[in-house]
Amino acid sequence: MLRIRKLPIIIFALFIIVFPLVSRLIPAIQNYPDLMIFAGIYSLITIGLSLLMGYAGQISLGQAAFYGIGAYVSAILTATYGLNPWFCMVIGMIVAAIVAVLVGVPSLKLKGHYLAMATLAFGIIVFIIFNEEVEWTGGPDGMSGIPGLSLFGFAFDSVEKYYYLVWFFVFSVFVFTINVIQSRTGRALRAIHSSEAASSAMGINVSRFKVVVFVYSAILASLAGSLYAYYLNFINPSTFDLFFSIKLLIMIALGGMHDIWGAIIGAFLITFLSFEWLHFFEEFEVIVYGVILLLVIIFLPQGMVGIPKILKGLFNKKVSNG
Amino acid sequence: MPMEKITFANQLLQYLITGLTVGSTYAMVAIGFNIIYNVTEIINLAQGEFVMLGGLVMVFLHVAAGLPIVLAFPLTVIIVTLVGMLLDRLAIRPIRQPSVLTLIIATIAASIIIKGIAMFIWGKDPFDLPAFSGRHPIHFLGAVIQPQYFWIIGFLIVIVIFLTLFFEKTIIGKAMSACADNPGAASLVGINVKRMILLSFALSAAIGAVAGITITPISLMEYDRGAMLAIKGFGAVVLGGLGSFPGAILGGLILGTIESFGAGLIHSGYKDAFALIVLLGALFLRPSGLLGSIEVSKFKRF
Amino acid sequence: MKTRKMAIITTVCLFGFGLLLTPTMVFSENLKVGAVFSVTGRTSFLGDPEKKTAEMVAEQINNAGGINGKKLELIIYDTEGDATKTNLAVKKLITKDKVCAVIGPSLSGTSMAVVPLAEQYKTPLISAAASYKITWDEKKNKSRHWVFKTPQTDTMAVEAIYTHLKKRGINKIAIASITTGFGKSGHGELVRLASKYGITIVEDESYGPKDTDMTVQLTKIKGAAPGAIVNWSVGPTQVVILRNWKDLGMTEIPFYQSHGFGSRKNIKLAAGAAEGVFAPLGAVNVAELLPASHPQKAVTMGYMKNYTAKYNEPLSSFGGHAWDALHLVAKALKAVGCDRAGIRDYLENKTAGFVGQHGIFNFSTNDHIGLTFNEAFLMVVVKGDDWALAK
Repeated sequence: MLRIRKLPIIIFALFIIVFPLVSRLIPAIQNYPDLMIFAGIYSLITIGLSLLMGYAGQISLGQAAFYGIGAYVSAILTATYGLNPWFCMVIGMIVAAIVAVLVGVPSLKLKGHYLAMATLAFGIIVFIIFNEEVEWTGGPDGMSGIPGLSLFGFAFDSVEKYYYLVWFFVFSVFVFTINVIQSRTGRALRAIHSSEAASSAMGINVSRFKVVVFVYSAILASLAGSLYAYYLNFINPSTFDLFFSIKLLIMIALGGMHDIWGAIIGAFLITFLSFEWLHFFEEFEVIVYGVILLLVIIFLPQGMVGIPKILKGLFNKKVSNG
Repeated sequence: MPMEKITFANQLLQYLITGLTVGSTYAMVAIGFNIIYNVTEIINLAQGEFVMLGGLVMVFLHVAAGLPIVLAFPLTVIIVTLVGMLLDRLAIRPIRQPSVLTLIIATIAASIIIKGIAMFIWGKDPFDLPAFSGRHPIHFLGAVIQPQYFWIIGFLIVIVIFLTLFFEKTIIGKAMSACADNPGAASLVGINVKRMILLSFALSAAIGAVAGITITPISLMEYDRGAMLAIKGFGAVVLGGLGSFPGAILGGLILGTIESFGAGLIHSGYKDAFALIVLLGALFLRPSGLLGSIEVSKFKRF
Repeated sequence: MKTRKMAIITTVCLFGFGLLLTPTMVFSENLKVGAVFSVTGRTSFLGDPEKKTAEMVAEQINNAGGINGKKLELIIYDTEGDATKTNLAVKKLITKDKVCAVIGPSLSGTSMAVVPLAEQYKTPLISAAASYKITWDEKKNKSRHWVFKTPQTDTMAVEAIYTHLKKRGINKIAIASITTGFGKSGHGELVRLASKYGITIVEDESYGPKDTDMTVQLTKIKGAAPGAIVNWSVGPTQVVILRNWKDLGMTEIPFYQSHGFGSRKNIKLAAGAAEGVFAPLGAVNVAELLPASHPQKAVTMGYMKNYTAKYNEPLSSFGGHAWDALHLVAKALKAVGCDRAGIRDYLENKTAGFVGQHGIFNFSTNDHIGLTFNEAFLMVVVKGDDWALAK
């Protein structure tokens, strides 16, 4: 359990490197690296959220707010004040962390549906601020003129270059998070999830751990928001509304919430389903989306990462029967 | 008739009246949440869709098909109730490993599907319903009241009385409450827990339908109204305390009143934010809502 | 042996690629035009009529023999009003579908999200959204090279209303607006232009897109006793606020709606409360009322007849923006073929005097909107169940 299996991670890394090269050769999936950029940005948020929900057992319906904070801090400081984008990205993460502490300390004392409502309320309040503070944020029409990213004169100005940048971040965060889970901290988190009373009796400072994970997830969401803003060179509030927070939950549920791999798979699937694959259904798209979601929840309660286990179960049954 | 000058006191009264009526609709949604929560501990985020369906089915039966209101009203309630029962059978019961997340996602998925189907049937335009007793506003101490407001508040009171009697006096009602307290023990004493859950979805959908029918003459109704109503209702139910019917009504009325006074006295763009800030403050001081019991909430799974 | 294996593999690979490439080969004769509209979602009232109109116009052009014998192929993606989705869709249209030009998006917000793409990929974009910022680069103080738009701006609508107010001697107004892009943008222009017209704003209220009651905002406005109310919104709220206005006995204060009120459905939904309400509307909304000598009479009547016959629903003025955009692109395609730079140059220099649904367009190097307010808007007033030209 404690050993990190290296092979899947290596395959994952190779896949990331090879994917754009392959898609370039096949016209039908030529635009997939562009979609993968968003899948990567969403993965950053879902990795944090998965740690918060799957491991620390806390629900958050306000994660879009941190995503928005990262995007708006970066956008305002670069477009309005002309500061360096990388520096603004870090400022965004610090702001998100501070907000997460202020919201997290009182909220994470709440339980179940009360916590869900508190985070939901927080998300809506932040959204209203993005919408109303027109002088700062440009209001619902959004902000444009956000610069792109470049490093030592190398500009990340094409889809492929940005793809590698985003997935470099995702991969680093992924490896770091996996290591955290396998460490003492990770064990403590799992203990909290199974029984708060028992873990606090064991000397784990339960509420501090929860806040730390909440802050970590906020920092990741903020990083994702900055990457989004620098890629689109434009942001508007509706990207960071309540429905995006719900979409994140759906990603986690679809991928499987007790596994960091599930966070990435879920982000990937929802990105492609909602931006590309369901286009075919036109007006019925939403219905198909809802039905897929419901079927997964009913038949794959562990999410997509549960499939190998189910298959293994079926296979073993067959073997023992035969 | 020359327009009379409006005083500050008139304005305050108008804010209060508007707040209470808007709050009553939140309260009706909140009661629907509570019925299902009390039996299953599920927050049914598709609750807003019942309200939307109530409004639109009524428009179809009463305006398009021309049925008289006394016939269209019960028929609408029955249709929406059936949708509620279908929701339980198709989306909730099949789930084998329920957790807060899976149940929330299941109800979200259901609400996406219902909304999509409603868009397919009715299109995207808003629809109107004639007010039950005309549109001539009633003047009261310089403030104005829509006659439809009385219908909303009237139905809210009727629903509360009905539910109180149902849960305290009838055997089925008592059995439903028992499921909430301890589903294992309830099934041991011979209560069919699954049937009680089905019944809770039916009841809650029926109340949602009544809410939809009564508010549509004031605010119109379109296919995607449900989500916003569900959020406000969720806020009301949490503010009042999960599971408590007086709490749901109190929570709804408080939220509505804060929104209206916040808009009137401070800034209308931030009115939803005021209500939510008050809600957060209340939760931080009383983590189980205003009328919710901390002791009881310890025994709840979610 | 080895060479044979290689040969087989190569053949299979080539065949596979051929299969993937064929679809694009076969249809490359068509003239492709991309379109991005918010067909579903909260702003479907814009995208839905736009999509229907664009499909109808493409069909009409193809039934009449296409453009120079080639078929006009319209590829429409739904944006759901979402900036991310719009950005992805436009990139896909430009790089994968290889369209000659893009029309849409429907909203100012989503338009701003794809303006950089038009410049980056050097593709003409004809937006169907209001804000002047879509075509005007404020930092460089000049028009964006590749971007045009067909709708009137909020500035024009505000100027039409303020001119009318001044004519009636009203200089104290209250404004109400919805907190979406449409309302905020109109609100900004109402505030910005007020002093230019000598108008004071005594009360400034707003409400959300799903709000069910605006009594509070109107009560506050009533207390300020303005000479007129100007409301900027779309969707059900613009009807609910009218009902509240009537219920509160405020009909003595003249009520002005924005150009978002341009559908007769709204008059019907208001159930009598819209009587006497003013609005600035494009010619397309009031085709029947136009005198026969009006230059737009023929095109607006034709569009209205075709649309209502095909879709069996009343015309919405928003569809007219797609009509204008697609006809402009078709004109350019006929003249220069599928040449992106050529289309852009043609739009800017050769389409002067184009008679559209929402005005007569005169694009130039520094004006990619091409309309002026006194010809783009007519002031109308609700009388009974219909519009009448206001004096």
